[in-house]
Amino acid sequence: MKRLISLVVAILVAVAGLALWSAHLQKSQGATGDNTLNLYNWGDYIDPALITKFEKQTGYHVNYETFDSNEAMYTKIKQGGTDYDLTVPSEYMIEKMKKANMLIPLDKSKLTGLKNMSPDVMDRSFDPGNRYSIPYFWGTLGIIYNDKFVHAGEIQHWNDLWKPQYHDNIMLVDSARDILGFSLVSLGKSMNTTDAPTLQAAKGKLDELAPNVKAVVADEIKMYMAENEAAIAVDWSGEAADMMAENAHLHYVVPSEGSNLWFDNLVIPKTAKHFKAIYAFLNFMMTPKNAAQNAEYVGYSTPNQAALKLLPKAVQNDQQFYPSEAIIRRSEVYQDLDPAVVGMYNDLFLEFKMYRK
Amino acid sequence: MKKNGTSMAFYVPYGLWLALFVIAPVILIIYQSFFDINGHLTLANYQTYFSSGTYILMTFNSVWYAFLITVVTLLISYPTAYLLHYTKHKQLWLLLIILPTWINLLLKAYAFIGIFSQNGGINTFLGMLGIAPKQFLFTDFSFIFVASYIEIPFMILPIFNGIEELNESFVNASRDLGAKWWQTFTKVIWPLTISGVKSGVQAVFIPSLSLFMLTRLIGGNRVITLGTAIEEHFLVTMNWGMGSTIGVVLIVAMVIIMFLTGERKKRGRRA
Amino acid sequence: MRKFKWSNLYLILVFVILYVPIAYLILYSFSKGDAMNHYHGFTWAHYAALFADTRMIQIVIDTLLLALLSSLIATTIGTLGALAIHRTSRPFVKNTVLSLNNILMVSPDVIIGASFLIFYTALKIPLGFGSVLMSHIAFSIPIVVLMVLPKLQEMRQSMLDAARDLGSTNAQILSRVVVPFITPGILSGFFMAFTYSLDDFAVTFFVTGNGFSTLAVEIYARARQGISLEINALSGVMFVFALLLVIGYYFIQQSSQTRKAKHKAESEAKLNEATH
Repeated sequence: MKRLISLVVAILVAVAGLALWSAHLQKSQGATGDNTLNLYNWGDYIDPALITKFEKQTGYHVNYETFDSNEAMYTKIKQGGTDYDLTVPSEYMIEKMKKANMLIPLDKSKLTGLKNMSPDVMDRSFDPGNRYSIPYFWGTLGIIYNDKFVHAGEIQHWNDLWKPQYHDNIMLVDSARDILGFSLVSLGKSMNTTDAPTLQAAKGKLDELAPNVKAVVADEIKMYMAENEAAIAVDWSGEAADMMAENAHLHYVVPSEGSNLWFDNLVIPKTAKHFKAIYAFLNFMMTPKNAAQNAEYVGYSTPNQAALKLLPKAVQNDQQFYPSEAIIRRSEVYQDLDPAVVGMYNDLFLEFKMYRK
Repeated sequence: MKKNGTSMAFYVPYGLWLALFVIAPVILIIYQSFFDINGHLTLANYQTYFSSGTYILMTFNSVWYAFLITVVTLLISYPTAYLLHYTKHKQLWLLLIILPTWINLLLKAYAFIGIFSQNGGINTFLGMLGIAPKQFLFTDFSFIFVASYIEIPFMILPIFNGIEELNESFVNASRDLGAKWWQTFTKVIWPLTISGVKSGVQAVFIPSLSLFMLTRLIGGNRVITLGTAIEEHFLVTMNWGMGSTIGVVLIVAMVIIMFLTGERKKRGRRA
Repeated sequence: MRKFKWSNLYLILVFVILYVPIAYLILYSFSKGDAMNHYHGFTWAHYAALFADTRMIQIVIDTLLLALLSSLIATTIGTLGALAIHRTSRPFVKNTVLSLNNILMVSPDVIIGASFLIFYTALKIPLGFGSVLMSHIAFSIPIVVLMVLPKLQEMRQSMLDAARDLGSTNAQILSRVVVPFITPGILSGFFMAFTYSLDDFAVTFFVTGNGFSTLAVEIYARARQGISLEINALSGVMFVFALLLVIGYYFIQQSSQTRKAKHKAESEAKLNEATH
């Protein structure tokens, strides 16, 4: 009993010490409540040096909270109890949030950097006229291959994935829309297909791909490809950039028949409170110099034309991450589909995963 | 012990917890399981569950892999706990068994990817022995290995506590009476440590039923368990109704297991 | 002697397997690269980055604070609960309560997190440290009960009867007989609760807010961008710190116990002399 009591006392002392330390740190970071900006973003999706710079320049304190999926973020904001000022959903989620009346329109008169944005990324179907959102990063869906196992030029099209020589050598990203999506494109259909027979056909074609599929994984795909675990992967350009930084043998191809275009845009959710800080931050991030610095840190494609000009020539001319007008025109942006259709996509994909082997 | 006024202290905090954090959420989950993706009241989720081969197979997978993980964990943990009991500084070694669990699970899983991969530590070692690189990742072996790795401390701890109570004189008496080592084990040691084993099995089997993440990270989604499906319904499809339905099934399965393995007679006789 | 060696070899093997992934993590915290593959040569850079990152340090402190406090409270409530369950003599009630107890263990974290979130917002409980603390206490209680209950069941009725015959009150029996006997179970429960709290991601994610974050949430959220080696460095620091703490605690306790044991042996010897 004595031993237990002394242990409890020791733990309480440790707790008190930690609480004091935590409070001290909070104060030293200048968080006082009113002058803050609550930023809700993906983990490590902004250069921390930029946050420090913003805080120094404007005197606002940035509270940086993180999420790991669009849907999880949506649930949190919808359920309430939080006061996030800015968040960064992907395009289909922006449409969904708009429909759920969860976004506040932008006050364009307070924005100074919109002219820096590339016209390719503005005024897209998910947010006509950019009433609610400002592009943060963008990219494509494509194929990554390892030149140790696959010769350059061997893979140019989605249909090349079905070649028998790639038996047990392809990794797919665990995302129903994207995997059924490329199967649809390979059949010459739209990635936003909603009718059941076409989806069934795409699933049928995917089943034929099964012998080539080594695994269906998510974020860890970067580690696998960097470790030469598979020759080919289907993944987003952002992830591709991350793994190519680790392994020089990797290359990224966007099939010329078309692909998916994705966007991560900054939006103001209904929970927002600190509007001065929000617009200060948006303008800060649209400044070409800052946007370029952020693109260099994150490694994704920047939507900011003026910022792109500040990046090294090799980056500017990189067809892998800044594809030609023609490919962009042939690519599709995901629409927010009816929940029942989303359910159909997921059920088909689940069946594909369950019964391959 | 007689019941008296002070015994309220035992019942109130725990009872409050049961009411607020167990019963209330369970009611919420059951309530949600009757709604489809468009928010209409329906029994369709249960119908889907019990009529589609996919979910039945998934249930079977979950129980089967949870069983395998529990068996492997038990086979490794029992001898470990037993041998630990006879070491000097046994409390220290025990703490050192718990320590690895304080490192984040995701990081440990990434480390295992590095160790098991084609260029990883094990294959480099096998390469030196002249055995061609072997495929470890995305196999049942690696999945069960990593899952057991995660669960081992949860099994060792209760078994160790059980063995600690083992009265050495019983073991000695059995030996003196000429019992073989195996007889001593099955007739004396095992029955006396069974309660520790039981709580270890519960601490491993029950959470393993709803295992997710590792099935994708290490298993490459070759095996899909109920936990994975719930995860997807909540975070990808946003079909909370279906997710809750699977949750209800899991809870019912667990309750059945508890009643089957639980105490029956009043004051079960001590073996 | 031969058998003895084999058994040691087995233990060594178990420990090697338990520690290999951690050694791997720590090894890469000294790698010049950005991720956990292809060792690029030695550097301290990730440790420097870690100690300059105030936000990360804040998160670590908050995580530890939360884990210690929640597991302490969960252990207390769980132990009381185990005592209550043990007093119940009807098997049906017992099995029902135990089933309820295990529900939070069998439910995947997303379900628990989502239902707690709905619960808190319905009751207008602000999201932040308080809501996260309550949730961590809630999901740690079952494991404590599972660890304490078998120790209670092992306790022999004769022991309690003897104590009562000697004139002890209920409170005395509890503090002098029952609690010392179940202490190993309580400690296991505490450590398991601590582990649960440190490792939880999904529940914390749903119920947090107001700038409060934990290490697990931060690590999972970073997965899309690729987890930087700064996190490895952090794990290395925390691991070494925990190791020192454990070893230190053990030896302090060891020395006090040998003193006590000596004391006890002496008094027993005296007692023996007196009775003979």
